Amino acid sequence: MSDFLSSLPLFSPFVEFAFMRRALAGCLALSLGATPIGVFLMLRRMSLAGDAMSHAILPGAAIGYLIAGLSLPAMTIGGLVAGLAVALLAGGVARNTVIKEDTSLATFYLLSLSAGVLIISLRGSSVDLLHVLFGSVLALDDPALLLLGAFASLSIVALAVGLRLFVLEACDPSFLARISRLSPLAHYGFMVLLVLNLVAGFHALGTLMAVGIMILPAAAARLWVCNVAPLLLLASATAFAGSLAGLLLSYHINLPAGPAIVLTLGAIYLLSLALGPLGPLASRWRSGWHFER
Amino acid sequence: MNLLGHPQGEALLRFDNLTLGYNRHPAVHHLHGEIASGSLLAVVGPNGAGKSTLLKAIAGELRPLQGSIERSHLDRRQIAYLTQQASLDQSFPIVVHDFVAMGLWREIGAFFGLGRDRRRRVHAAIDRVGLHGLENRPIGSLSGGQLQRALFARVMLQDAPLVLLDEPYGAIDAASVRDLATLVRQWHDEGRTVIAVLHDLAHVREEYPEALLLARELVARGTPADVLSDANLQRARQRAEGHGDDTQAAVCRVDREAA
Repeated sequence: MSDFLSSLPLFSPFVEFAFMRRALAGCLALSLGATPIGVFLMLRRMSLAGDAMSHAILPGAAIGYLIAGLSLPAMTIGGLVAGLAVALLAGGVARNTVIKEDTSLATFYLLSLSAGVLIISLRGSSVDLLHVLFGSVLALDDPALLLLGAFASLSIVALAVGLRLFVLEACDPSFLARISRLSPLAHYGFMVLLVLNLVAGFHALGTLMAVGIMILPAAAARLWVCNVAPLLLLASATAFAGSLAGLLLSYHINLPAGPAIVLTLGAIYLLSLALGPLGPLASRWRSGWHFER
Repeated sequence: MNLLGHPQGEALLRFDNLTLGYNRHPAVHHLHGEIASGSLLAVVGPNGAGKSTLLKAIAGELRPLQGSIERSHLDRRQIAYLTQQASLDQSFPIVVHDFVAMGLWREIGAFFGLGRDRRRRVHAAIDRVGLHGLENRPIGSLSGGQLQRALFARVMLQDAPLVLLDEPYGAIDAASVRDLATLVRQWHDEGRTVIAVLHDLAHVREEYPEALLLARELVARGTPADVLSDANLQRARQRAEGHGDDTQAAVCRVDREAA
């Protein structure tokens, strides 16, 4: 059986090489954990905020690196602390001053990003900086995979339990604030999930591209379906399919894996723009179509 | 200035020297009095009269600058409040059924399922507002009138003793207004208290037993026939336009010194 699978170009890299299997497992964890968070980022019109937050975790990871070198726990804890601090500070300033949420987040993430780059360049080499910025999906070891799996499991459970809360917070936040005391929990709980998944994504894809596996599949899936549950499922499936294709491309054409995955997801998004029933082209082609009601 | 004279039931809301505003600038001054349980009250007045501000304060979303509002036995979450500018994201991928079902939040919260009985109630509410057959349509594909009907269905499921409607017929056609006004009458018949901010004075005269004319302070309260007289409306316009004068500021200074 394994001889047959290894003869197929689609499967052979994963049969032959453990690092490819690990990369695929890491991408599966991100597709199940991070992509649904990306769907909600998109629905809350916070896609760019997600990008900003991905940069905000950098100084924490850098301080972890400064203390313990390329250590998984140190960089993870540092990233979580920095990400949560920026989320709380930005949210607090936005709620209590005239500064709006986008500006508030931009100010703190810029401070955070520049502090991170400064710390890394004081101590490390450009190779270390590249590792932090672009990750290393082909070098995921057991502890890193466990971490990705644990964060993905936590996200799935939290989203399953609080799905209605997250949906209403994204759809009609004032109504939620009026009828439930859980409104702050929905906001800050979501930010915690976002930071967790960005830290997980940063180990695999780096801080610059971690948000790619969140937003691109979400945006692509949105062009095909118009209900939340199928959107979450389709986005996760798209993320995994795109990651698989990206890893195979990187293996067969000898490309760096992270960018290959994100570019593949980008290609799926462009294809969805062209073919998706909710895309601009389809609505033009089908302008004569209509439902009875 | 007194809001006394409620026709039935005991006081559901009691205002005591209520002054409301934003950033310490008052928008409504020194309201006193009560709104009786079971009232159907139209709040009318020119633009900037403080009508929406009053509703926001009743809903508990705006703290008084001075004075107080007593809501007897009413938790904030027992108030159904349909605002003028909903925070609703109409592009959100949710269908009419699921959107309307959110009105059952007080029963099901964040974690419980709908079940067969509640699904039936959701369908009944959708039918009642005339959206039968559109249950599975995304809210983004609804017209302005249809969306307003869906919002009314959600309010209906909230089953609240106090319903606040802020310009609920803003941009909808006459047929929708007629249908939704029937629903408002039904809520009143069921014993709910309904307070609606409205601009259409003919509609108020036709549908509401009681009106309150506001122009940054109380101008008149009573039956629409009495309240919406030419003299009162003229007075309300003058007060709303002349709100920046020194007389009002002097009154507030005196209040502060007295306090």
